[in-house]
Amino acid sequence: MEIGGEYLEILGSSILMTDYLEYSNALFREGLLDGQFIQLQMLRDDSNPDFVVEVVTLFFEDSQRILNELSKTLDEQNVDFKKIDANVHQLKGSSSSIGAQRVRNACIAFRSFCDAQDVESYGFCFFVLFPDQMCLRCLQQVKQEYLLVKNKLEALLRLEQQIVAAGGVVPTLNDVS
Amino acid sequence: MGMAATDDQFHVLAVDDSVIDRKLIERLLKTSSFQVTTVDSGSKALEFLGWHGNEISMFSEASISPNNHQEVEVNLVITDYCMPGMTGYDLLKKIKESAFLRDIPVVIMSSENVPSRITSYRCLEEGAEEFFLKPVKLSDVNKLRPHMMRTKLNNDIIENGKPENEEKQENGEIITTGEADSEMQQFQTAQSLQQQTSQNNNNNNDNNKRKSMEEGLSPDRTRPRYSDLTVMSN
Repeated sequence: MEIGGEYLEILGSSILMTDYLEYSNALFREGLLDGQFIQLQMLRDDSNPDFVVEVVTLFFEDSQRILNELSKTLDEQNVDFKKIDANVHQLKGSSSSIGAQRVRNACIAFRSFCDAQDVESYGFCFFVLFPDQMCLRCLQQVKQEYLLVKNKLEALLRLEQQIVAAGGVVPTLNDVS
Repeated sequence: MGMAATDDQFHVLAVDDSVIDRKLIERLLKTSSFQVTTVDSGSKALEFLGWHGNEISMFSEASISPNNHQEVEVNLVITDYCMPGMTGYDLLKKIKESAFLRDIPVVIMSSENVPSRITSYRCLEEGAEEFFLKPVKLSDVNKLRPHMMRTKLNNDIIENGKPENEEKQENGEIITTGEADSEMQQFQTAQSLQQQTSQNNNNNNDNNKRKSMEEGLSPDRTRPRYSDLTVMSN
Protein backbone atom coordinates (compact mmCIF):
# COMPACT_ATOMS: atom_id res chain seq x y z
CA MET A 1 0.00 0.00 0.00
CA GLU A 2 1.30 3.41 -0.92
CA ILE A 3 1.51 5.87 1.93
CA GLY A 4 0.13 9.16 0.65
CA GLY A 5 2.48 12.14 0.37
CA GLU A 6 0.22 14.24 2.59
CA TYR A 7 0.36 11.67 5.33
CA LEU A 8 4.13 11.63 5.17
CA GLU A 9 4.16 15.39 5.37
CA ILE A 10 2.05 15.43 8.50
CA LEU A 11 4.16 12.67 9.97
CA GLY A 12 7.30 14.54 9.08
CA SER A 13 6.29 17.80 10.66
CA SER A 14 4.95 15.98 13.74
CA ILE A 15 8.28 14.34 14.27
CA LEU A 16 10.00 17.66 13.86
CA MET A 17 7.64 19.29 16.33
CA THR A 18 8.27 16.56 18.87
CA ASP A 19 12.00 16.94 18.37
CA TYR A 20 11.63 20.65 18.83
CA LEU A 21 9.74 20.30 22.10
CA GLU A 22 12.21 17.78 23.46
CA TYR A 23 15.14 19.91 22.45
CA SER A 24 13.78 23.11 23.92
CA ASN A 25 12.66 21.39 27.13
CA ALA A 26 16.21 20.18 27.60
CA LEU A 27 17.53 23.71 27.15
CA PHE A 28 15.20 24.98 29.86
CA ARG A 29 16.02 22.13 32.20
CA GLU A 30 19.72 22.73 31.82
CA GLY A 31 19.22 26.39 32.55
CA LEU A 32 20.56 27.58 29.23
CA LEU A 33 17.34 29.39 28.54
CA ASP A 34 14.78 30.85 30.89
CA GLY A 35 11.24 32.18 30.72
CA GLN A 36 12.33 35.35 28.98
CA PHE A 37 12.93 33.37 25.80
CA ILE A 38 9.30 32.32 25.86
CA GLN A 39 8.31 35.96 26.28
CA LEU A 40 10.19 36.62 23.05
CA GLN A 41 8.35 33.87 21.25
CA MET A 42 5.05 35.29 22.45
CA LEU A 43 5.91 38.50 20.63
CA ARG A 44 6.21 36.70 17.34
CA ASP A 45 3.14 36.74 15.15
CA ASP A 46 2.07 36.66 11.54
CA SER A 47 3.03 40.26 10.96
CA ASN A 48 6.41 39.75 12.64
CA PRO A 49 7.28 36.13 11.96
CA ASP A 50 11.02 36.70 12.12
CA PHE A 51 11.07 38.58 15.37
CA VAL A 52 12.87 35.95 17.41
CA VAL A 53 15.41 35.30 14.67
CA GLU A 54 16.08 39.03 14.41
CA VAL A 55 16.56 39.54 18.12
CA VAL A 56 18.75 36.48 18.48
CA THR A 57 20.86 37.58 15.52
CA LEU A 58 21.30 41.00 17.07
CA PHE A 59 22.32 39.31 20.29
CA PHE A 60 24.98 37.25 18.51
CA GLU A 61 26.43 40.28 16.76
CA ASP A 62 26.41 42.42 19.87
CA SER A 63 27.87 39.71 22.07
CA GLN A 64 30.68 38.98 19.67
CA ARG A 65 31.58 42.65 19.65
CA ILE A 66 31.59 42.81 23.44
CA LEU A 67 33.65 39.65 23.81
CA ASN A 68 36.21 41.01 21.38
CA GLU A 69 36.34 44.24 23.34
CA LEU A 70 36.84 42.36 26.57
CA SER A 71 39.69 40.30 25.16
CA LYS A 72 41.35 43.41 23.84
CA THR A 73 40.97 45.30 27.11
CA LEU A 74 42.38 42.45 29.15
CA ASP A 75 45.33 42.25 26.82
CA GLU A 76 46.46 45.76 27.61
CA GLN A 77 49.29 46.73 29.92
CA ASN A 78 47.11 48.68 32.28
CA VAL A 79 43.79 46.98 32.34
CA ASP A 80 40.87 49.39 32.45
CA PHE A 81 38.59 47.60 34.87
CA LYS A 82 35.88 50.18 34.57
CA LYS A 83 35.68 49.49 30.88
CA ILE A 84 35.53 45.77 31.58
CA ASP A 85 32.73 46.29 34.05
CA ALA A 86 30.78 48.41 31.60
CA ASN A 87 31.08 45.82 28.85
CA VAL A 88 30.16 42.92 31.08
CA HIS A 89 27.20 44.92 32.33
CA GLN A 90 26.05 45.34 28.74
CA LEU A 91 26.39 41.66 28.01
CA LYS A 92 24.59 40.81 31.19
CA GLY A 93 21.73 43.01 30.08
CA SER A 94 21.39 41.65 26.58
CA SER A 95 21.68 38.02 27.62
CA SER A 96 19.05 38.64 30.23
CA SER A 97 16.79 40.20 27.61
CA ILE A 98 16.81 37.14 25.40
CA GLY A 99 16.71 34.62 28.21
CA ALA A 100 20.26 33.30 27.97
CA GLN A 101 20.35 32.52 31.66
CA ARG A 102 23.76 30.93 32.01
CA VAL A 103 25.47 33.68 30.08
CA ARG A 104 23.81 36.20 32.34
CA ASN A 105 24.94 34.33 35.45
CA ALA A 106 28.48 34.12 34.16
CA CYS A 107 28.42 37.88 33.66
CA ILE A 108 27.18 38.45 37.18
CA ALA A 109 30.05 36.34 38.52
CA PHE A 110 32.46 38.24 36.29
CA ARG A 111 31.30 41.56 37.65
CA SER A 112 31.65 40.51 41.25
CA PHE A 113 35.26 39.62 40.54
CA CYS A 114 35.77 42.94 38.82
CA ASP A 115 34.45 44.72 41.86
CA ALA A 116 37.17 43.05 43.84
CA GLN A 117 39.71 44.81 41.64
CA ASP A 118 38.79 48.11 43.18
CA VAL A 119 41.69 48.24 45.59
CA GLU A 120 40.42 51.29 47.37
CA SER A 121 37.27 49.63 48.60
CA TYR A 122 38.56 46.12 49.18
CA GLY A 123 42.03 46.86 50.36
CA PHE A 124 44.10 43.75 50.54
CA CYS A 125 42.41 40.91 48.77
CA PHE A 126 43.58 37.69 47.18
CA PHE A 127 42.18 38.61 43.80
CA VAL A 128 44.12 41.81 43.76
CA LEU A 129 47.29 39.76 43.54
CA PHE A 130 46.20 38.13 40.30
CA PRO A 131 43.53 40.42 38.90
CA ASP A 132 44.22 39.76 35.26
CA GLN A 133 44.18 36.05 35.83
CA MET A 134 40.83 36.13 37.54
CA CYS A 135 39.34 38.30 34.84
CA LEU A 136 40.69 36.04 32.14
CA ARG A 137 39.16 33.04 33.85
CA CYS A 138 35.86 34.86 34.06
CA LEU A 139 36.03 35.84 30.43
CA GLN A 140 36.70 32.25 29.45
CA GLN A 141 33.65 31.19 31.39
CA VAL A 142 31.44 33.78 29.73
CA LYS A 143 32.74 32.88 26.29
CA GLN A 144 32.08 29.23 26.93
CA GLU A 145 28.51 29.80 28.02
CA TYR A 146 27.93 32.16 25.14
CA LEU A 147 29.19 29.71 22.51
CA LEU A 148 27.13 26.95 24.03
CA VAL A 149 23.88 28.89 23.96
CA LYS A 150 24.68 30.23 20.50
CA ASN A 151 25.03 26.69 19.24
CA LYS A 152 21.81 25.57 20.84
CA LEU A 153 19.82 28.57 19.71
CA GLU A 154 21.00 28.17 16.14
CA ALA A 155 19.92 24.53 16.23
CA LEU A 156 16.58 25.45 17.75
CA LEU A 157 15.87 28.10 15.17
CA ARG A 158 16.89 25.74 12.40
CA LEU A 159 14.36 23.23 13.69
CA GLU A 160 11.73 25.95 13.60
CA GLN A 161 12.55 26.66 9.99
CA GLN A 162 12.25 22.99 9.15
CA ILE A 163 8.89 22.73 10.87
CA VAL A 164 7.53 25.67 8.94
CA ALA A 165 8.97 24.34 5.70
CA ALA A 166 7.28 21.02 6.37
CA GLY A 167 3.99 22.81 6.71
CA GLY A 168 3.80 22.49 10.47
CA VAL A 169 3.34 25.07 13.20
CA VAL A 170 6.05 25.85 15.72
CA PRO A 171 4.76 24.64 19.10
CA THR A 172 4.38 27.12 21.94
CA LEU A 173 6.97 26.50 24.57
CA ASN A 174 6.35 25.99 28.24
CA ASP A 175 8.92 26.83 30.82
CA VAL A 176 9.70 23.56 32.52
CA SER A 177 12.68 24.86 34.45
CA MET B 1 0.25 68.06 15.01
CA GLY B 2 -2.27 69.99 17.00
CA MET B 3 -4.35 68.50 19.73
CA ALA B 4 -4.31 65.19 21.53
CA ALA B 5 -3.19 61.86 20.19
CA THR B 6 -4.86 61.13 16.89
CA ASP B 7 -7.15 58.14 16.64
CA ASP B 8 -6.49 57.14 20.22
CA GLN B 9 -3.03 55.97 19.27
CA PHE B 10 -0.55 56.94 21.91
CA HIS B 11 3.00 57.67 20.96
CA VAL B 12 5.77 56.35 23.16
CA LEU B 13 9.39 57.44 23.04
CA ALA B 14 11.70 54.61 24.15
CA VAL B 15 15.26 55.36 25.20
CA ASP B 16 17.87 52.62 25.59
CA ASP B 17 21.51 52.30 24.64
CA SER B 18 21.20 48.56 24.02
CA VAL B 19 20.17 47.65 20.48
CA ILE B 20 18.60 44.41 21.69
CA ASP B 21 16.55 46.13 24.35
CA ARG B 22 15.42 48.76 21.87
CA LYS B 23 14.17 46.04 19.57
CA LEU B 24 12.43 44.31 22.43
CA ILE B 25 10.72 47.37 23.85
CA GLU B 26 9.68 48.44 20.39
CA ARG B 27 7.99 45.11 19.76
CA LEU B 28 6.36 45.13 23.19
CA LEU B 29 4.97 48.60 22.64
CA LYS B 30 3.78 47.94 19.10
CA THR B 31 2.07 44.76 20.26
CA SER B 32 0.13 46.96 22.66
CA SER B 33 -0.89 49.20 19.76
CA PHE B 34 1.32 52.13 20.60
CA GLN B 35 3.20 54.19 18.10
CA VAL B 36 6.88 53.90 18.91
CA THR B 37 10.03 55.89 18.38
CA THR B 38 13.30 54.56 19.76
CA VAL B 39 16.49 56.50 20.42
CA ASP B 40 19.76 55.37 21.90
CA SER B 41 20.55 58.19 24.28
CA GLY B 42 19.04 60.72 26.63
CA SER B 43 20.32 63.64 24.61
CA LYS B 44 18.71 62.29 21.44
CA ALA B 45 15.51 61.86 23.42
CA LEU B 46 15.53 65.51 24.47
CA GLU B 47 16.26 66.51 20.92
CA PHE B 48 13.31 64.51 19.70
CA LEU B 49 11.09 66.05 22.35
CA GLY B 50 12.01 69.45 21.00
CA TRP B 51 13.96 70.52 24.05
CA HIS B 52 16.80 72.74 23.07
CA GLY B 53 18.27 73.42 26.47
CA ASN B 54 16.91 76.91 26.50
CA GLU B 55 13.93 77.26 28.75
CA ILE B 56 13.52 80.93 27.91
CA SER B 57 12.40 80.15 24.42
CA MET B 58 9.91 77.71 25.86
CA PHE B 59 8.30 80.29 28.08
CA SER B 60 7.86 82.67 25.22
CA GLU B 61 5.19 80.40 23.89
CA ALA B 62 2.10 79.22 25.72
CA SER B 63 3.29 76.67 28.20
CA ILE B 64 -0.12 75.32 28.99
CA SER B 65 -0.56 73.24 25.92
CA PRO B 66 2.80 71.67 25.21
CA ASN B 67 1.40 70.00 22.15
CA ASN B 68 2.05 73.09 20.11
CA HIS B 69 5.80 72.91 20.49
CA GLN B 70 6.61 69.36 19.75
CA GLU B 71 6.94 68.42 16.16
CA VAL B 72 5.58 65.05 17.07
CA GLU B 73 3.50 64.56 20.16
CA VAL B 74 4.90 62.15 22.71
CA ASN B 75 2.54 60.70 25.26
CA LEU B 76 5.04 58.80 27.38
CA VAL B 77 8.77 58.37 27.71
CA ILE B 78 10.16 55.01 28.76
CA THR B 79 13.86 55.00 29.46
CA ASP B 80 16.63 52.72 30.62
CA TYR B 81 18.15 53.82 33.90
CA CYS B 82 21.74 52.88 33.27
CA MET B 83 23.08 54.58 30.17
CA PRO B 84 26.44 56.12 29.36
CA GLY B 85 26.48 59.91 29.36
CA MET B 86 23.02 61.02 30.38
CA THR B 87 21.43 58.40 32.61
CA GLY B 88 17.71 57.69 32.66
CA TYR B 89 17.56 59.52 35.96
CA ASP B 90 19.19 62.61 34.42
CA LEU B 91 16.72 62.48 31.58
CA LEU B 92 13.83 62.15 34.00
CA LYS B 93 15.02 65.20 35.90
CA LYS B 94 15.43 67.26 32.77
CA ILE B 95 11.94 66.39 31.64
CA LYS B 96 10.34 67.12 34.99
CA GLU B 97 12.25 70.38 35.40
CA SER B 98 11.08 71.61 32.04
CA ALA B 99 7.82 73.53 32.08
CA PHE B 100 7.52 72.46 28.50
CA LEU B 101 7.96 68.73 29.02
CA ARG B 102 7.03 67.89 32.57
CA ASP B 103 3.50 66.76 31.80
CA ILE B 104 4.86 63.84 29.88
CA PRO B 105 4.74 60.68 32.01
CA VAL B 106 8.11 58.97 32.38
CA VAL B 107 8.79 55.33 33.14
CA ILE B 108 12.17 53.96 34.16
CA MET B 109 13.54 50.50 33.32
CA SER B 110 16.39 49.08 35.29
CA SER B 111 18.54 46.07 34.69
CA GLU B 112 19.92 45.83 38.17
CA ASN B 113 19.60 42.38 39.63
CA VAL B 114 18.36 43.62 42.93
CA PRO B 115 16.87 47.02 42.26
CA SER B 116 18.09 49.27 44.95
CA ARG B 117 15.19 50.65 46.93
CA ILE B 118 17.07 53.89 46.86
CA THR B 119 17.20 53.89 43.07
CA SER B 120 13.53 53.18 42.54
CA TYR B 121 12.56 55.56 45.32
CA ARG B 122 14.67 58.30 43.83
CA CYS B 123 13.04 57.86 40.48
CA LEU B 124 9.52 57.85 41.83
CA GLU B 125 10.37 60.85 44.00
CA GLU B 126 11.55 62.68 40.95
CA GLY B 127 8.25 62.04 39.27
CA ALA B 128 8.60 58.77 37.41
CA GLU B 129 5.29 56.95 37.08
CA GLU B 130 6.65 53.45 37.16
CA PHE B 131 9.86 51.62 37.73
CA PHE B 132 10.17 48.41 35.72
CA LEU B 133 12.69 45.69 36.26
CA LYS B 134 14.28 44.40 33.08
CA PRO B 135 13.64 42.36 31.08
CA VAL B 136 10.40 44.22 30.56
CA LYS B 137 7.37 42.07 29.89
CA LEU B 138 4.04 42.53 28.20
CA SER B 139 2.37 42.71 31.60
CA ASP B 140 4.53 45.74 32.43
CA VAL B 141 3.67 47.49 29.19
CA ASN B 142 -0.01 46.97 29.93
CA LYS B 143 0.42 49.34 32.87
CA LEU B 144 1.35 52.24 30.65
CA ARG B 145 -1.94 53.15 29.09
CA PRO B 146 -3.62 54.53 32.24
CA HIS B 147 -0.76 56.98 32.72
CA MET B 148 -1.12 58.28 29.20
CA MET B 149 -4.86 58.50 29.48
CA ARG B 150 -4.68 60.36 32.74
CA THR B 151 -2.33 62.94 31.28
CA LYS B 152 -4.54 63.33 28.26
CA LEU B 153 -7.48 63.83 30.59
CA ASN B 154 -5.64 66.46 32.59
CA ASN B 155 -4.68 68.27 29.42
CA ASP B 156 -8.29 68.25 28.31
CA ILE B 157 -9.37 69.76 31.61
CA ILE B 158 -6.73 72.46 31.33
CA GLU B 159 -7.54 73.28 27.76
CA ASN B 160 -11.29 72.88 27.70
CA GLY B 161 -12.22 73.42 31.32
CA LYS B 162 -13.94 70.08 31.58
CA PRO B 163 -13.16 66.48 30.94
CA GLU B 164 -13.78 65.47 27.36
CA ASN B 165 -15.05 62.13 28.40
CA GLU B 166 -17.54 62.01 31.23
CA GLU B 167 -17.41 58.21 31.19
CA LYS B 168 -13.99 58.40 32.74
CA GLN B 169 -15.59 58.87 36.15
CA GLU B 170 -15.01 55.45 37.58
CA ASN B 171 -16.74 55.85 40.91
CA GLY B 172 -20.49 56.32 41.19
CA GLU B 173 -21.97 59.63 42.05
CA ILE B 174 -20.17 62.75 42.80
CA ILE B 175 -22.26 64.96 44.96
CA THR B 176 -22.07 68.59 44.03
CA THR B 177 -23.60 71.54 45.73
CA GLY B 178 -23.56 74.20 43.08
CA GLU B 179 -21.14 75.81 40.71
CA ALA B 180 -18.28 76.20 43.11
CA ASP B 181 -17.96 72.47 43.09
CA SER B 182 -17.51 72.05 39.36
CA GLU B 183 -13.80 72.51 39.81
CA MET B 184 -13.85 69.95 42.59
CA GLN B 185 -15.69 67.66 40.23
CA GLN B 186 -12.94 67.93 37.65
CA PHE B 187 -10.37 67.32 40.34
CA GLN B 188 -12.30 64.28 41.53
CA THR B 189 -12.53 62.94 38.03
CA ALA B 190 -8.83 63.17 37.53
CA GLN B 191 -8.22 61.83 41.01
CA SER B 192 -10.50 58.86 40.52
CA LEU B 193 -8.61 57.92 37.41
CA GLN B 194 -5.37 58.22 39.30
CA GLN B 195 -6.64 56.18 42.20
CA GLN B 196 -7.88 53.55 39.81
CA THR B 197 -4.42 53.48 38.36
CA SER B 198 -2.67 53.17 41.69
CA GLN B 199 -5.07 50.43 42.73
CA ASN B 200 -4.23 48.52 39.60
CA ASN B 201 -0.59 49.14 40.14
CA ASN B 202 1.16 45.93 41.11
CA ASN B 203 4.44 47.59 41.89
CA ASN B 204 4.96 48.34 45.50
CA ASN B 205 5.31 52.03 44.98
CA ASP B 206 5.48 53.32 48.48
CA ASN B 207 5.74 56.82 47.19
CA ASN B 208 3.12 57.86 44.74
CA LYS B 209 3.92 61.52 44.60
CA ARG B 210 2.92 62.45 41.13
CA LYS B 211 4.71 65.55 40.09
CA SER B 212 3.06 65.34 36.75
CA MET B 213 -0.21 66.29 38.38
CA GLU B 214 -0.68 70.01 38.04
CA GLU B 215 0.15 72.15 41.02
CA GLY B 216 -3.41 73.37 41.27
CA LEU B 217 -4.63 69.87 41.98
CA SER B 218 -2.77 69.14 45.18
CA PRO B 219 -2.96 65.40 45.69
CA ASP B 220 -1.41 65.45 49.11
CA ARG B 221 -4.16 67.44 50.77
CA THR B 222 -7.47 66.05 51.77
CA ARG B 223 -8.18 63.36 49.26
CA PRO B 224 -11.84 62.78 48.70
CA ARG B 225 -12.69 59.26 49.70
CA TYR B 226 -15.12 57.68 47.35
CA SER B 227 -16.05 54.66 49.38
CA ASP B 228 -17.94 56.77 51.83
CA LEU B 229 -19.45 59.58 49.91
CA THR B 230 -20.02 62.70 51.87
CA VAL B 231 -21.03 66.11 50.79
CA MET B 232 -17.98 68.31 50.47
CA SER B 233 -18.32 71.31 52.68
CA ASN B 234 -16.88 74.55 51.42
